Amino acid sequence: MTTSKLTERIRKANAAGRKALIPFIPGGFPDLEQFWTHLEALDAGGADIIEVGVPFSDPCADGPVVEKASIQALEAGVSLKWLLNGLKARAGRFQAELVLMGYLNPFLQYGFEKLAEDAAAAGVSGFIIPDLPLDEDAPYRAVLQGKGMALVPLVGLNTDLERMKAYAAVAKGYVYVVSVLGTTGARESFPAELADALARAREAFDLPIALGFGIKEPAQLEVFGDSIDAVIFGSALITHIRETGSAKAFMARWA
Amino acid sequence: MKKGYFGDFGGQFVAELLIPPLRELEHALETIVPSPEFQAEFSALLRDYVGRKSPLTHCPTLSKELGFNLWLKREDLNHTGSHKINNTLGQALLTKYMGKPAMLTETGAGMNGVATATAARALDLDCIVFMGATDVARQSHNVRRMQLLGAEIVPVQNGTKTLKDAINEALRYWIAEQRTHHYCFGTAAGPHPFPTLVREFQSVVGREAREQILEKTGELPYAVVACVGGGSNAIGAFHAFVPDESVRLVGVEAAGTGEPGCYNSAPLNLGSRGVLHGQMTMLLQDEDGQILPSHSVAAGLDYPGVGPEHAHLHDSGRAHYGTVNDAQALKAFMTLTRSEGIMPALESSHAVAWVLENRDRIPKGANVIVNLSGRGDKDMDIIEEHLGAQPVHGRKG
Ligand SMILES: Cc1ncc(COP(=O)(O)O)c(C=O)c1O
Repeated sequence: MTTSKLTERIRKANAAGRKALIPFIPGGFPDLEQFWTHLEALDAGGADIIEVGVPFSDPCADGPVVEKASIQALEAGVSLKWLLNGLKARAGRFQAELVLMGYLNPFLQYGFEKLAEDAAAAGVSGFIIPDLPLDEDAPYRAVLQGKGMALVPLVGLNTDLERMKAYAAVAKGYVYVVSVLGTTGARESFPAELADALARAREAFDLPIALGFGIKEPAQLEVFGDSIDAVIFGSALITHIRETGSAKAFMARWA
Repeated sequence: MKKGYFGDFGGQFVAELLIPPLRELEHALETIVPSPEFQAEFSALLRDYVGRKSPLTHCPTLSKELGFNLWLKREDLNHTGSHKINNTLGQALLTKYMGKPAMLTETGAGMNGVATATAARALDLDCIVFMGATDVARQSHNVRRMQLLGAEIVPVQNGTKTLKDAINEALRYWIAEQRTHHYCFGTAAGPHPFPTLVREFQSVVGREAREQILEKTGELPYAVVACVGGGSNAIGAFHAFVPDESVRLVGVEAAGTGEPGCYNSAPLNLGSRGVLHGQMTMLLQDEDGQILPSHSVAAGLDYPGVGPEHAHLHDSGRAHYGTVNDAQALKAFMTLTRSEGIMPALESSHAVAWVLENRDRIPKGANVIVNLSGRGDKDMDIIEEHLGAQPVHGRKG
């Protein structure tokens, strides 16, 4: 079993004494041109992995900030095809590893075999598909892993140890631990049960643990100590880009 | 067949955070629902609170004109005015048995919202209802009813502002409030176990209709016809007849205005396979897999997807699915109102219209059952808007 580039990348950051940084930005946000500028800024600003969203008309696991940004990108004319073509044209230019995060239906309509082939050619190392839980993911995971790409699992406060172990038996890359029982969106504080969920994840998985949903400031991470290996931020970054027009300053906070 | 699937359709395509409450519900469906205590309590509620059995009404005037016998399964006579109450009382009772204090739901035409708010009151549960802002405007009467029943209404401003967006918002809310709230899904769609759970509670419709038609005519019907939004009233009407191979099962989808390229609500006829709201089913979508807006004059049919069991019945050929447009439905509304003194909901008018439009395909003397899923009171504003300019006097309207 080969180690995913995603795993290696996070371990490397940890070996250098820091948490790996994983920004999330919807593809084509805020428009088809500025998106590439922001993506390059995230890369130059120290991102270890960048999660690029594939906008969907009905993002029912996302909060208002991500939803609005996705709809805006769709209105700007983004499509999976456009995104993969754009990434392919820039393959090899990014320091960071790339992960595509999107709902299942656009991937299905593109065709999974073709998706795996084109994404690999575009330099994508993994996928996150929020509406594809363990019970449904086997055929899709096989196709992606066949092209060397990881399917990153999401687990949360209500995922028990047994189920985490079932994910651990097949997952690659890293584990995405959702910090709240809720949708995406920046929050002020985290629930007390989160420590237990992180402990379960540490016990179940041999993969790095990335914490996401609701994170907006580096100071918020202090309480987690060594229980996490990477941090994912999306809504706070989107809001920052809306307010300042730049992704650079946001990344500087975390460096 | 894989658990939670109907042929290739169904499944549980949801965020991992929703798997635990869906598992809990699946367990409840397998253990609580079949228990004698639950069944006794549910039957008593259907009898004494809903007013079941609902009659099977013969339509003398229309039957004479059509040359075959038209029978209406009168779900419009249920308490709160539609078939939705069968499901919401079942799920409200289940909520109690599961020990949760509150329900949430989504609604299109508002009938599921009214029925959920009512069931919540009857069983002393809190209730929150998500409704697209477009539907809030066109079903104001039902919004008021829900408010009077003490439910909290959340107008949804996202996307197309109709049923699909209300479901998105309800799913989001459920992720956060799963420990205290049961999601009383309003139709036989969504992630497993909802399509099976809702069918379980709606199948009383077909069971009664089957007994009643045998009693009244001594034979099985030629066809059973029902409108299809998410598909709950249709699956309820069909279920008892599925093994009766001689009985034609006809679902009726909404064709919108019927103009080429118009928005419609006919995913079985005009859509393709995909995943939305936790299920693999037939959907209205573009080539990139984005969900297309739907449209129907009947708010309750205005949904770009359909329950997975219908996708399977369609695929396997056991049921046939036709389409009816807005104008045909409005005309059927007037025809039934003027012929029999029965005012159908615009959703149900689609089923009536299919029979009127396809009269030449139905043999003389046949018995045809139409599931009259609801009554037209809620649609008065829309009816006025569309028929207001037309002369509405005279027997044939
Ligand atoms: C009266 C009535 N009939 C039919 C429907 C369509 O729903 P379904 O196909 O799930 O029965 C609705 C939905 O709101 C309704 O209110």
